[in-house]
Amino acid sequence: MKLRTIFTLLVVAIALGLVSFWVGQQSYSWLPPQASAESKLVDNLFSFLVTLGTFIFLGVTVAVLYTVLVHRVGRYDMSDGPPIEGNVTLEVVWTVIPVLLVVWIAVYSYQTYDRMAVHGPMELVHLHNPMGMEPAYAANLEGGEVVEPIEVHSRQWAWEFRYPEQNVTSAELHLPVDRRVRLALQSEDVIHGFYIPAFRLKQDIIPGKTIDFEFTPIREGIYRLRDSQYSGTYFAAMQTDVVVQSPAEYQQWLAQAASQPPQSSANRADYEYKLAAKKRINAGWKSVPPAPAPVVNYPAQDGRA
Amino acid sequence: MTNIPVEAIAVKTPQPLPGAPDNWKRFFSFSTDHKVIGIQYLVTSFIFFLIGGFFAMIIRGELITPEADLVDRTIYNAMFTMHGTVMLFLWMFPSLVGLANYLVPLMIGARDMAFPRLNAAAFWMVPVVGILLMASFFVPGGPSQSGWWAYPPVSLQNPTGNLVNGQFLWLLAVAVSGVSSIMGAVNFVTTIVMMRAPGMTYFRMPAYVWTVLSAQIIQLYGLPALTAGAVMLLMDLTFGTSFFDPAKGGSPVLFQHFFWFYSHPAVYVIILPIFGVFSEIFPVFARKPLFGYKVVAISSIVITILSGTVWVHHMFASGTPGWMRMIFMFSTMAIAVPTGVKVFAWVATLWGGKLRLTTPMLFALGALLMFVFSGITGIMLASVPIDIHVNNTYFVVGHFHYVIFGAATMGMYAAIYHWFPKMTGRMYNEGLGQLHFWLTLIGANLNFFPMHPLGLMGMPRRVASYDPEFAFWNVLASIGAFLLGMSTLPFILNIVGSWVQGKKAPDNPWRAIGLEWLVSSPPPVENFEEIPVVVAEPYGYGKNEPLVENGKVIAATEI
Repeated sequence: MKLRTIFTLLVVAIALGLVSFWVGQQSYSWLPPQASAESKLVDNLFSFLVTLGTFIFLGVTVAVLYTVLVHRVGRYDMSDGPPIEGNVTLEVVWTVIPVLLVVWIAVYSYQTYDRMAVHGPMELVHLHNPMGMEPAYAANLEGGEVVEPIEVHSRQWAWEFRYPEQNVTSAELHLPVDRRVRLALQSEDVIHGFYIPAFRLKQDIIPGKTIDFEFTPIREGIYRLRDSQYSGTYFAAMQTDVVVQSPAEYQQWLAQAASQPPQSSANRADYEYKLAAKKRINAGWKSVPPAPAPVVNYPAQDGRA
Repeated sequence: MTNIPVEAIAVKTPQPLPGAPDNWKRFFSFSTDHKVIGIQYLVTSFIFFLIGGFFAMIIRGELITPEADLVDRTIYNAMFTMHGTVMLFLWMFPSLVGLANYLVPLMIGARDMAFPRLNAAAFWMVPVVGILLMASFFVPGGPSQSGWWAYPPVSLQNPTGNLVNGQFLWLLAVAVSGVSSIMGAVNFVTTIVMMRAPGMTYFRMPAYVWTVLSAQIIQLYGLPALTAGAVMLLMDLTFGTSFFDPAKGGSPVLFQHFFWFYSHPAVYVIILPIFGVFSEIFPVFARKPLFGYKVVAISSIVITILSGTVWVHHMFASGTPGWMRMIFMFSTMAIAVPTGVKVFAWVATLWGGKLRLTTPMLFALGALLMFVFSGITGIMLASVPIDIHVNNTYFVVGHFHYVIFGAATMGMYAAIYHWFPKMTGRMYNEGLGQLHFWLTLIGANLNFFPMHPLGLMGMPRRVASYDPEFAFWNVLASIGAFLLGMSTLPFILNIVGSWVQGKKAPDNPWRAIGLEWLVSSPPPVENFEEIPVVVAEPYGYGKNEPLVENGKVIAATEI
C-alpha cells in the first residue's frame, strides 16, 4: 500500500472515531433520567456500544457511498472490473477483529449484569457470585439497609402493592431513595412485565411463581411503571406511578396510608370496560372482563388512570 | 458428488408437458412446473403483503395520537396479531420459497425440483393458511388477539367460550403452514444435494443456492419444535389439557422455549436467502467476482449451526435464570462474526468495481445498509443489561423491521426486479423502479427509525395507547408508514404494466454469469433442452472464461 493511501485511511478512521465518540456521548440523552444505581451501569454500557456501532455503521456506509459515487461507469462502458476473488490476509483480519470485539462486548455486558445483581427468577446457582464483584448499591449507600420485600401483585389490568410490615396496600409504588429495595413479584392470571424505564429494569412475572427482584433507586421523583409483557385487551392501560421519596417522606407516607381506610382506586381498564358495556353497539370483539378496580389504602393519584 | 453421469438426467420429455396449459390458466392450476409454482408463490404472497400492510396502516393510524381513539382496543390487538402473522407466514416465508422455487433448479442445472407434486401440494397449502386466517375475522370473538407469539396464558383465555374461535383457527393455520414449509424444505434439500448438473460441485454453486440450502436445513430441524408447540397449545385451548396453563400446573415458559427454538432461527430462514440475493446482484452490477466466495458460502452454513443455539435471547426478561441469560448472550453475539464477514465481503465486491445503479442494484445497496444498521442494534439487544431495558419496547420493533422490511423485503424487491426479465420475458420500467426505490427507502427509514428512540424512552410494543411524551416520534413513524404504503403503487403499476406490454427481454439482459441466464426468457418448460456441463466457478466476471462446456464467454464487450 502506498504511504498516501495509509495516511488517507488513517485520517478517515480518526474522523469517524471522533464522530462516533461524540454520538456515544449523546446517547445518554436518548434515555430517561437515571433514577436507579443500575441505570448508570446500563447507560455506560449502552454508550460504549453506540460508540462502537456508530463507527462500524459509518465505516461501512462511507465505504459503500464512496464506491457508489466514484466507481460508477458510463452508460456505454461495458468493461468488467478487476477479477479479484479474495485476499486471505484481509479476510483473516476482518474475521479476527469481529471475534475480539464480540468477546469484549460480551465480557463487558457480563460484568455489568453481574454488578446489577437484580436477582430475578434464579435457581440455586445464583448463590455463588462467580465474578465476586460488589453489586451496584454498595457504592452510594450510607446504612446499606435493605427494604423488606414489597409485594407486587399484577392482574388484568391493575397493579397493587402491599407493604407487609405496615399491612399497607397501595395502587402506586412508593420507594425510599438510596436504599436497596426488594420486591416479590406475583401475577394472578397471565404473564405481566414489571418495567420501570427510568430504572432500566424489567422482569416478566410468571403466574404461579414469586420472583425476587431488587434494585436501588437513587433519584427522587415520579416515574412510570408499565406492563411490558402483552397481557390482553387493556394491556396498554396497565400503568401506574413510581414515587421515589426521601426515607423520612417515605416513612411519613407509609404511616399516613396505614391510617386511611381501604378505598377503590380508579382503574382505566375497569372504567373503559364498563363504558363499553353501556354502549348499545359494541365497536369491538368480546374481551376478558377486567379484575375489579383494586381496593387499597392509597389509591392512584396520577390522574391518567 | 462431483461427477453426476449425464445419462442419468438426460431423460427427454416432449415440450410442453402433455395436457399442461401453456397460457395464463396454468397459474391457476395444480401445475408441477417449478417456475409456475414459483410465480404462484410470489403473486399469492404479494397479495397477502398488501393485506398485512393494510393492517399496519390501521395500527399506525391508531398510534398517530396517544389515546386509543381510532379503533376499539380488541380490534387494535387483532390488527397487530394479524399483521405479524400475515407478514411472516404469508408474505416473507412463501415469497422466499417462491423465489427459491423459481431459481434453484435453473441455477443448478436441473429440469425441475426433486418432487414436483410435493412442491405443488406445499404451495396449495398456502391459500389454505390464508383462508383460515382471514376466516377468523368472521368467527365469534374475532381473530386471535394474543400477538404472533401466542404466549399462554393470554392465548388460552378465549373470552367467548366458543370451540371455533380466532385463536383456534390461528393455531390450525400455523400448523398447516409448518407442514407446508417442512414439505418444501425436504424438496429443496433433496434437489440441491441430488440434482446438480454435471460439474456443478458444491463450490461451483452460486452463493444463493448455498443460502437456500442453509435456510432449508433450519426449517428441517427447527419447524418441528414450533409445530409441536402449536399442537400442544391447541390441545390446551380446545381439549383442556394443561401443557402450558399455570393454573393447572403447566409451564407457560416452556411454550416460549418451543416457540423461539424455531422462531429465532426463522429469522435466518428469511435473511439467508436475501444474503444470497446480495451475493448474486452485487457481482453482476459491479462487474467483479464475489469477494471471498468460498468463505461467504461457508458462512451461511456456520450461521445455520449457530442459529440453533440462540433462541433464549428473546427471553432475557422472561422466567430465565441468570446463567441461561449469560450463555445465550455469548452464543448470540457469536453469530455477528459470520454475518460481519459477509458484509465485508460485499463491500469488497463493490469496491473498485464498475458500478451500474439499476433498480435491483439500488434496492440491494439500500437493503445492505439497512441490514448493517439492524445488525448493530442486534448486538445491543444481545447484551443482556441493555436488553433488560429495551426488551418488549419499540426498540425491538424498530430493530426487526429494519431486518424484515429494510433488509429482507427490500432485498426481495431487488430480486424481483433482477429476475423479472427472466421470469416474464419482459423488461420492467427503470424510471418507475427508481421512483419505487426512493419512496421505499425514505418511507422505511421514516417509519422504522423513530421506533428506536421510542423504545429507548420506554414505550412498550403492542400498546394501543401511550403517554403523551411519545407523541412526536409516533407521528413521524405513522407518516413514514403511509408513505411506505403509497410506495407499493409504482411497483404494482410497473410489474403489471411491464408484464402486459413491457419491452421484450433478451436471454441475458444484465450480461450476468449463471446457468439461468443461458436459457431463453422466460425459460422453456423443462428449462434445459440439454443439461449443461459446468466447468467453472460462478462469478467469473473479468476472467474471460466460459461457465459451461461448449459455452461462450460472457465477454466484457458484448452488448
